[in-house]
Amino acid sequence: MTITTRPGPATPVSPAAPSPVRLPRAGELARGHARGAPLRREGPAKLTGTALYADDLVFPGAWYGATLRSTEPHARLLGIERDADFDWSRVVVVTAEDIPGDNVVSLIIDDQPILVPVGGEIRHQAEPVALLAAADRDTLREAKARLRLRTEPLAPVFDPLVSSQVFAHFDMGKGDIAAGFAAADLVVEGTYRVGHTEQLYIENQAMIAVPREDGGMTVTGSLQCPYYVHKALKRALALDSERAVVIQAETGGGFGGKEEYPSLLAVHAALLAQRIGRPVRMIYGRHEDIAATTKRHPAIVTHRTGVTREGRIVAQEIDLVLDGGAYCTLSPVVLSRATIHAGGPYDVANVRITSRAVATNTPPNGAFRGFGAPQAEFAAEMQVNRVAEALGISPLELRRRNIYREGGVTPTQQVLRESVAAQEVLERAAEAAEFERIRERTARERAARTASARTARGIGLALGWHGAGFTGSGEERMGSVASVELTAEGAIRILAASTEMGQGTKTIFPQLVADELGVPYDAVEIAPQDTSIVPDSGPTVASRTAMVVGGLIIKAARRLRAQVEERTGRPFAESYLHDAQTWGGTREDERFEPYPGVHFDDETYTGDAYPAFGWACAVAEVEVDLDTGEVAVRSVVSADDVGRVIHPVLAEGQVEGGTLQAVGYATIEEIKLHDGRYLNDRLQTYLIPTAVDAPRIDAILVEAPFSGAPHGAKGVGELPMDVGAPAVVAAIHDATGVWIHDLPASPERILAALDGHEPPGPPGISA
Amino acid sequence: MPAEPPVASPTSLGQAYALLAAAPHRPIAGGTDVMVQIAAETTPIPERMLDLWRLDELRGIRVEGDALVLGALTTYTEIRRSPLCVEHALALVEAAATIGAVQIQNRGTLGGNIANASPAGDTLPVLLAMDASIVAGSLRGERTVAAADFWPAYRRTPLRPDELVLRVSLPLVAGRRVRYRKVGTRRAQAISKVVMALAWREDGGVWRHVRLALGSVAPTPIRATETERVLEGAAPRETVADHAAAVLRGELRPIDDVRSTAAYRKAAAARVLHRLLREEGGW
Repeated sequence: MTITTRPGPATPVSPAAPSPVRLPRAGELARGHARGAPLRREGPAKLTGTALYADDLVFPGAWYGATLRSTEPHARLLGIERDADFDWSRVVVVTAEDIPGDNVVSLIIDDQPILVPVGGEIRHQAEPVALLAAADRDTLREAKARLRLRTEPLAPVFDPLVSSQVFAHFDMGKGDIAAGFAAADLVVEGTYRVGHTEQLYIENQAMIAVPREDGGMTVTGSLQCPYYVHKALKRALALDSERAVVIQAETGGGFGGKEEYPSLLAVHAALLAQRIGRPVRMIYGRHEDIAATTKRHPAIVTHRTGVTREGRIVAQEIDLVLDGGAYCTLSPVVLSRATIHAGGPYDVANVRITSRAVATNTPPNGAFRGFGAPQAEFAAEMQVNRVAEALGISPLELRRRNIYREGGVTPTQQVLRESVAAQEVLERAAEAAEFERIRERTARERAARTASARTARGIGLALGWHGAGFTGSGEERMGSVASVELTAEGAIRILAASTEMGQGTKTIFPQLVADELGVPYDAVEIAPQDTSIVPDSGPTVASRTAMVVGGLIIKAARRLRAQVEERTGRPFAESYLHDAQTWGGTREDERFEPYPGVHFDDETYTGDAYPAFGWACAVAEVEVDLDTGEVAVRSVVSADDVGRVIHPVLAEGQVEGGTLQAVGYATIEEIKLHDGRYLNDRLQTYLIPTAVDAPRIDAILVEAPFSGAPHGAKGVGELPMDVGAPAVVAAIHDATGVWIHDLPASPERILAALDGHEPPGPPGISA
Repeated sequence: MPAEPPVASPTSLGQAYALLAAAPHRPIAGGTDVMVQIAAETTPIPERMLDLWRLDELRGIRVEGDALVLGALTTYTEIRRSPLCVEHALALVEAAATIGAVQIQNRGTLGGNIANASPAGDTLPVLLAMDASIVAGSLRGERTVAAADFWPAYRRTPLRPDELVLRVSLPLVAGRRVRYRKVGTRRAQAISKVVMALAWREDGGVWRHVRLALGSVAPTPIRATETERVLEGAAPRETVADHAAAVLRGELRPIDDVRSTAAYRKAAAARVLHRLLREEGGW
């Protein structure tokens, strides 16, 4: 691992707001203390098996819950019929008419029912229609088999290009696109497609609802966003804020997959628990989890690029279509991120980007690491690599001539005033991977290759950018709160709704507060993610936790320190115990305030789409089996600008994990559909890379701090997902000479191109 | 998991035969297929199960006369570690090494792979290519079935409800060579898209007794007999390889399924065969 502690000459340091927080600098990392790389908080419990995930939690008297789903992609629900021969007194069945509150899964728009009502429309194969609970699983299974749906089939729509139902659309740009193309010496066109992919967190979705004595409901489960679940629960059960409580159990991964779906599952468990007055466990098996929960949005992206002979991109015309599936979920926000990132990290004078997210009769798609940007940037980088080939310019050199630098203007008219590290990540990754030298070698090998060659090596490069935190004015609207308190007992405690799902929240937050207060890491506690205890710090998504919520707790800690030091006249570390004994507890709540100088206009969709961008470059080396089209990704060098590294081991882990996830998405992961149903909805058939498929990954962490955050951090989780796939596909092209326009670049697609037979159909479309 | 059926665990083959004669039981050895099928509800829950794991009579790898004999309970791990298998059936060792993870290789058995009768069973093309015989037994006695007759239709075997697979016999043929190749989605723990075993004996510069067996390209493991005829009596020259690959492409009738496409399977099988012939021919 390499950490660049200061931005290089390509990205001048902004003189604004030198951070008063001392975060790790080179050479300090080995010193232990809060500034180094302390052990992760929940690590020992996870390693020793004592960490309690939802399914480990015991609630005496709990019943098991199950979901009866549609088996048709589109139909009218005429009735739910019970087998008269079955003893229904042993089970409880809940249907839409039993919902005390609104029958909607509360999110962006109110289109998705909690359960399809009789007379209502079934819009996908995995749609929940009724809920059942029983004291034991055998009875539950038997009862479920005795319920029948009576339906009237309706014509389904599977192709997003013919769907007439649009969830959201954008049309943005700058300059004069016609003049741009007129100035171009060469125009390159291409269409790129990405299919559904599954987050495949290790722990399946799981929720346990427990009725409260006050008539409310407590739900404990595997989730990313306690307050999303809280909001959905209140609305469906018609509860006030105090009587709806959401608690995060230890969570085995999320990757976006536990952003919105847990709301639906929590409401399902709560409806059953409320009906029978007992705890109800809804723990999905892997098959149900893959079959029913959200996937990455399939995308169809068409590019038309005008470029001068000298390699200056002068016009980009891009059309992007996302398949949202049956309901809106988060599609408008995924689409907006995809649209803003669609041009890639290039300063092009004339740009037009049109986009839409549409409905199909397939299960709803949702958040997945990168949130629309990976699909858009796969297409953008494929296009840039093809432009480089058409011009006969090195892909590295073509990027040098077009990347954003300070002062660059994005398609939303955002002026990039600081923290622009496109060139630095590009040069660092290219240098570490010896991109040009190896590219010359693979070119020589390609030229000398004979028919007897069994394998071919190639190298590929991709560059990316990722807007840090929520898009546009999302953060301002959300008004997140996070707190730091000194309890009367003298404990220092962080109160935030940000969840730990393996990425390190519970480790970096105490680090940040310990640094601010000048106390050891172990002196800082973190309160449980329980909506009756912690304030709404917003969802744990969009790589916003380190930057936004981390910034809030630093500011809260700073105020706490000032108060205590004012009262005691001594440094916080020496005086806080005495202060607590004398004055009792002190709690500082910090509410988000817009970053200075950051403005976005929702009406015109112009302005600062993000407070800052993170930048990433990946260089991949592959070996392709020319007989079978199998791809072995040998190595990936990934340089990622995260603003400021808080915990180098965790940050590197994010880059490594994201890169491996991108390798799977690039090469083998593909949900196949028939009649709107996922065919490979088991671990036996939905394959992700194993340890032996993993490349060597070199993570280079670059720091171009964002002055708006007190610690300069911009987030790391999603960045590597944007660049891995286009780098791998460029390397496959370098090895074989064929461009694979659709993801995954599977052996089937590669061999079809090498062998000259018909390629498989496009990804993401139901047969 | 659905309700557990009753499981009988006999400690001798005689007890097992008697139980099977009295009532139908679903045999279970390592359980690496049947437990997955039950959990996934892709098979009905058996009424009764017969645990074979304690039947030590079905274990062991030995040379008997001019055959290598493997007990039905031989695990993939035992095959991988067996010097006799390495010496006499290296392709079987290679196949065993591609199956599942270490845990699966410790529990999964050769007899289970045979009785499960999956078209993707990774050892089955090796058994076909090596002219294996499969010995089944019941209270009524033992009988021997050629591997070529053991998988007549999709997931079918000639086993009667009271019969168990006892052992596999691989004839030892002087000078025989066997090549094995599996194409899966990833480098470990993948069900095959194409699996191939090619056996022959060189005789005066040409190949004799050519057997080309494939899995995952038909409803059963198959022999590609038209392609075998091209190779029989020929030498692995480039023109022969071109012809054989083309004939194989025409001969196979695979399907599109969740793992791969028919077009890929035909092309990959033909190209892998071409590669094996190129390597053997040294051109």
